[in-house]
Amino acid sequence: MDAVELARWQFGITTVYHFMMVPLTIGLGLVVAIMQTMWHRTGRPEYLRMTKFWGKLFLINFIMGVATGIVQEFQFGMAWSEYSRFVGDVFGAPLAMEALLAFFVESTFLGLWIFGWKQLRPGLHLAALWAAVVGSVVSAYFIIVANSWMQHPVGVTVVDGRPVMTDAWAVFTNNTALVAFPHTLMGALGVAGAFLLGISWYHLWQRRHDGIDTVGTVAGRTRVVVGEAPGVPGRDRADHAVWLKSLRIGAVVAMVSFAGTSVTGDLQGKLMFEQQPMKMAAAEAACHDGTGFSVLSVGNIGSKDCDDVVAVWEVPGVLSFLAKGDFTTEVKGVNTLLPEYEAAYGETLPDRPLYGERAGTEIQYVPVMEVTYWGFRMMIGFGALAAAAAAAALWATRRGTVPASRGLMRLAVVGILAPFGANAAGWIFTEMGRQPFVVAPNPAMAGSVDQVFMFTAAAVSPGVEAGEILASLIVLTSVYAALMVVEVRLLWMYVRGGVASAMPELARGAGTPPSDGAGSGTAAGGTKPADDVLAFAY
Amino acid sequence: METLPTVWFCAIAVLWLGYLFLEGFDLGVGMHMKLFARGEAERRVLLNTIGPVWDGNEVWLLTAGGATFAAFPLWYASLFSALYLPLTLALVALILRAVAIEYRGKVHTDRWRAGWDWAIALGSATAAFCVGALLALTTTGLPLDANGDRVGGPFAWFSGYAVLGGLAAVGFALVHGLAFLALKTDGGIRTRAHAAFVRWLPVGILPLAGWVVAVQTATGEWWSWALAAGAVAAAAVAYSLGRAGSEGRAFIALGTFLTLGVAAVFSAVYPAVLPSTIDPAYTLTVMNASSSDYTLGLMSVVALIGLPLILAYQSWTYWVFRRRLTVGSIPTAHTVVPATVRRLVTGREG
Ligand code: HDD
Ligand code: HEM
Ligand code: HEM
Repeated sequence: MDAVELARWQFGITTVYHFMMVPLTIGLGLVVAIMQTMWHRTGRPEYLRMTKFWGKLFLINFIMGVATGIVQEFQFGMAWSEYSRFVGDVFGAPLAMEALLAFFVESTFLGLWIFGWKQLRPGLHLAALWAAVVGSVVSAYFIIVANSWMQHPVGVTVVDGRPVMTDAWAVFTNNTALVAFPHTLMGALGVAGAFLLGISWYHLWQRRHDGIDTVGTVAGRTRVVVGEAPGVPGRDRADHAVWLKSLRIGAVVAMVSFAGTSVTGDLQGKLMFEQQPMKMAAAEAACHDGTGFSVLSVGNIGSKDCDDVVAVWEVPGVLSFLAKGDFTTEVKGVNTLLPEYEAAYGETLPDRPLYGERAGTEIQYVPVMEVTYWGFRMMIGFGALAAAAAAAALWATRRGTVPASRGLMRLAVVGILAPFGANAAGWIFTEMGRQPFVVAPNPAMAGSVDQVFMFTAAAVSPGVEAGEILASLIVLTSVYAALMVVEVRLLWMYVRGGVASAMPELARGAGTPPSDGAGSGTAAGGTKPADDVLAFAY
Repeated sequence: METLPTVWFCAIAVLWLGYLFLEGFDLGVGMHMKLFARGEAERRVLLNTIGPVWDGNEVWLLTAGGATFAAFPLWYASLFSALYLPLTLALVALILRAVAIEYRGKVHTDRWRAGWDWAIALGSATAAFCVGALLALTTTGLPLDANGDRVGGPFAWFSGYAVLGGLAAVGFALVHGLAFLALKTDGGIRTRAHAAFVRWLPVGILPLAGWVVAVQTATGEWWSWALAAGAVAAAAVAYSLGRAGSEGRAFIALGTFLTLGVAAVFSAVYPAVLPSTIDPAYTLTVMNASSSDYTLGLMSVVALIGLPLILAYQSWTYWVFRRRLTVGSIPTAHTVVPATVRRLVTGREG
């Protein structure tokens, strides 16, 4: 493998990995902030417990997002120096703004939240969490702006062969970014929804399994009979409310997420049709022009000459709807687009030293179609699956608890992975569908002197050797793999511990939480009140 | 027009200064998890002194990197790609350190904690060393060709300056960390930290002073020499204040030493941002490496709004957490156990 391929693998692996943590950070952060707001408003103990428990899991995950984000910030310069030189004038700005306006807010106020349970007034403490959450949403906006500029370069003119920013407003209101941003946020909510749902299901099931909750007849209706287990820290009556409410919130959030991604995704499809027609065709593995959305295509989807692909089941009109909003627009297939791209951007890579050994070789304008075709379907499919499961879960828990089946419980826990899969698939599709360009040409500008695009093959660092990239690829991938194991095991340990894992006072005391909040001054067990704050933190 | 690029050169110097000052002490405290702390309770005190603030401090590094990308893309591209391997090492160190700080207290076994303690200490040391080397090299130069790409292979950056810069950051962080601990703790830790600060100060800041002088001899002007002299004077003041037992003022004097030292270095190299050791014609400067005035203007507006706010709320954080910690403020470790009933014991009525 040459430096370009290694660098692409590295970028793909580190970014997809980063994006395992990010949506959970965004989604769960929002949910925890809402829970704490509810506690602030109502003073009910279950909301405090929810805040602490989900907050703890949030923190275990958050730190991995921070750690892997640093790599993201630096690797443009390290592995993609030629790219950085080319786009720096316009692309660096959102990255710098993300740090200045978002990361500082996020990290500082999260520190205040973690350690400030006692030092800050309750309202201020809640505000700190909201500030951190807003920070993470703002950070998502800026990075999406950066990414969207690669998908749809706007707001620049070309000076000495390089794009130079002339219209910041255009860059920051890039229509690609304005739809990708809500789409990504909605996708993040889906992750949080399934997370809440799966874990709450596990706890409700465990309570039933342990005989704490039973299903009986109350006033003529089949309802849950809530009990308590004084011997087990945190397993009291309020505990049931924690899980049932969390489960319902999770299910609703998951369904909202799918509705939201569908609406925004539809808008993204229409932009993609205009801006990156080849990506659209590749998403469908569509060789010929047509209007039908392929539910299943078989044959050699990745084959060079497209004619091996057979659409088994196509729904007429749907593709046109995705692309244009009607049922009749012919969407161009690969066979039509390929000659157009070759005419516009050349058949071979330019014979310049930047391209190294690739100079003069044929350009592959068709992205890897197995990836784009299945990536697109996995994104939608996993999202739909999670939403359907959430609806089913609401129905299944209408009596106030979950079915006693162990298999169903396992399914709910494994189902946590579905939205993660949808997010990863969405990004892989978006990024690989853009190939062979790292900055995709903007068809609206075709032929103009301001036409901006860059081939991925020209973007890597010319001075860096393939061996260096290979070394970092191996090191980072192994560190990431090891940390993933650690994170998941840690999460699972704290999940199994239930609320008491985040509230030592429940474990130490008689099991009744101080209803006035973080146990101000009365925490059981003889420790000073401030100590419980540190126990929550480090 | 060179005004905006020059302003941004100063802004980036300020960001690096902010990083060295703030993360300086939390990297130092990280290293002292192994060097200074005696026993588990003390280690937890150390960790909690930086607990609420270390992540915010680290963002200064991200901002320095991101702002360099935005304001001087060619500098960012050349520097970061030339130092590919040391930066990879720095990234791994920062990753492990961050995760270690958060995860160390999550499982209560000695093996778990011991492993993460090493990750914090070595991660802090390695990150400080690599960032120090990067800063030194961007002032003393790298073998760059006309395109700004490194020639001479993956280790072409290695030189005495790299080691000097690395030691400068590590040494400074170690004493700065001690000064911080003396301010943030009470009891035995405070006394010992202060004593160790006074004892190690002259050694700890020596490499940093060496870097400042090395840059002055190469490209210094009278005003940068003046700044360097001021830095040395500040160090002497820090030492005597330290001996007199004045923790707060010694800390400020040490910070002044850093500020003047960094200012001396950056004003000596100006207008170069990254010299080429192959041919001075290939040197990246404030003029030839910067973004357009439009972009710089935009970034200036953002920074003018953002930086004062950041300074305000970060200072407020330090105020909120001004309480000194002692071994006594550390609660007993809390063991997480599965919330399950082995035998059916329920408190259900009826
Ligand atoms: C839970 C996650 C999730 C779910 C359920 C969906 N998506 Fe999505 N999708 C993403 C998560 C995502 C993502 C990871 O957030 C992407 C990657 C880049 C981006 O902007 O969002 C994405 C990208 C993305 C793109 C690519 C845009 C481009 O490359 O320019 C399109 C066209 C869609 N989505 C369309 C849809 C449709 C029509 C959906 C449902 C009916 C859908 N997505 C569900
Ligand atoms: C967090 C979400 C993201 C994910 C999961 C993601 C995923 C990927 C993947 C899988 C690749 C490899 C593509 C290939 O090899 O064909 C890639 C490449 C790349 N992405 Fe993204 N990406 C994300 C966001 C971004 C953003 C926000 C930017 C810019 C700010 C970006 C810039 C790049 C660059 C420079 C490459 C390398 C060139 C290339 O191979 O296309 N990505 N990304
Ligand atoms: C290649 C592109 C990306 C870069 C350069 C990048 C950079 C970073 C950095 C440096 C951090 C750590 C911040 C800290 O220390 O506090 C981080 C974390 C995070 N990023 Fe990314 N990121 C990328 C992709 C994304 C995407 C696509 C999103 C959202 C849609 C996103 C949103 C976040 C969030 C919410 C966090 C977690 C909170 C935090 O760590 O502060 N990032 N990212």
